[in-house]
Amino acid sequence: MTPPAQAAAPPARPQATPRRLGRGTLQFMEPPRIVSAFTVVGPMEGKGPMGGYMDTTLEDTFYGERCWERTESKMLREAVEQAIARAGLAEAEVDVALTTDLLNQCVGSSFAMRSVKVPHVGLFCACAGFASGLALAASLVDGGFARRAVVGASSHHDAAERQYRFPTELGVQRPPTAQWTVTGAGAVVVAGDGAQGPVQITHATLGQVWDMGLKDPYDMGSAMVPAAADTLVRHLHDTGRGVEAFDWILTGDLGRVGSRILLDWLKERHGVDIDGRHSDCGAMMYDPSRQDVHAGGSGLGASACVVAGYVFKAMARGLLNRVLLIGTGSLHSPTTHFQGESIPVVAHAVCLERPGAR
Amino acid sequence: MASQTQTRERQAQVDYQQFASRRRPRPRYLRNALLAFLVGGLIALLGQALTAWFAGRGLPEDQASGRAAVTLVFLGSLLTGLGVYDEIARVGGAGAAIPITGFANSITAPAMEFAREGYVFGLAARMFQVAGPVLVYGTASAVVAGLLRYLLVRG
Repeated sequence: MTPPAQAAAPPARPQATPRRLGRGTLQFMEPPRIVSAFTVVGPMEGKGPMGGYMDTTLEDTFYGERCWERTESKMLREAVEQAIARAGLAEAEVDVALTTDLLNQCVGSSFAMRSVKVPHVGLFCACAGFASGLALAASLVDGGFARRAVVGASSHHDAAERQYRFPTELGVQRPPTAQWTVTGAGAVVVAGDGAQGPVQITHATLGQVWDMGLKDPYDMGSAMVPAAADTLVRHLHDTGRGVEAFDWILTGDLGRVGSRILLDWLKERHGVDIDGRHSDCGAMMYDPSRQDVHAGGSGLGASACVVAGYVFKAMARGLLNRVLLIGTGSLHSPTTHFQGESIPVVAHAVCLERPGAR
Repeated sequence: MASQTQTRERQAQVDYQQFASRRRPRPRYLRNALLAFLVGGLIALLGQALTAWFAGRGLPEDQASGRAAVTLVFLGSLLTGLGVYDEIARVGGAGAAIPITGFANSITAPAMEFAREGYVFGLAARMFQVAGPVLVYGTASAVVAGLLRYLLVRG
């Protein structure tokens, strides 16, 4: 039975932007802004193509500390403190800190945050950490749970090497698929309430854990491709956008080998062509003709430094309008590797936009 | 149903693994083998020269080669400490890892690395992290070989 025609239609409510699109894509109602950024990199990264965009380049890999774990922590602490200072804020004005690193038990973060008096949550999803931090910070800010959040991420080549692989001075020949963990830390302050900043976070797509049965820790690029592809395809589907909507699709650390596989996999299996729009943060950190890093860089320092160092500045100058960052993480540990397990992987995406663009 | 899903997932894994392996660069085997031959050969040549030098100073053959080995172990450790040996091995691969200098490197490198966790639980406990398997299975296979020899040849 149809209702009588004169029955009052429910009053047309102002169409609120839905906060959730599809499964796992968040849409921020008032896109939080990245208001400040700070990066610290090691000497080798300073000599790479991104070196000129970094705020601090270390002279050696120790940075005055007696072990690399302390160095990583110090780099992360500096990035966080300086990002807060650059935003013109006091620590008390920042409501939450989300930081992530590669060290066991996330000690890089915890030790760094001993002296930063901001409520802190340590995150771990390996090299997808920075993207996940941005997604969660934007959610907290847009949801009104925090006025300002600081997001920090770090990795250190030598600390990662001795934890995940071999002692650094051991003579090992690495295969061409191996990647070089980036020594770098980056931090940004994400703010709401109409704060001004050159980058706004409009969407985030959280990834599910994939495992294609690959086991080689010297080839994490290949292992992470299916996660990156799935997150990208879901992001495009959920937002109804095509790849042409993005100036740049930035994967976290697939390296050159993984990037090539991603491009082919997306084209052949998903009909998505990102050729010419895609770069990989890990691969961007080094110059393969001068720096012997095999398949390029890896580690969450890569995406943190490229976003906080390069994308932030490029958007401020109006050079980029919309960038999709897809952080990619290999979630194995040395223990699981020796127990014969394959490498679970995850990818989280964050859409970064220049306010007022298009 | 569950097994069907599992089979499908397994197929997807195999499918992707094949897709990826076709696009993965292969190590440059010939170049690596030649460099390993060259680096390994040079280390062996040095060992031979040292043996000849010690022998020339009037030492019997077995003592001369023993001293040459000790000298090579010292050099391997020294170059590890100076941060050079891993660079040699990056080029020489197994040519640098297999000779006795590589064995020295495999003990010195973790000893240096883990000294930061203390002399007991760091340096001493983890010094043989890499060389340990070689020592264990080397000793074990020597015992087996010795037993076989005893049983077969009787003496």
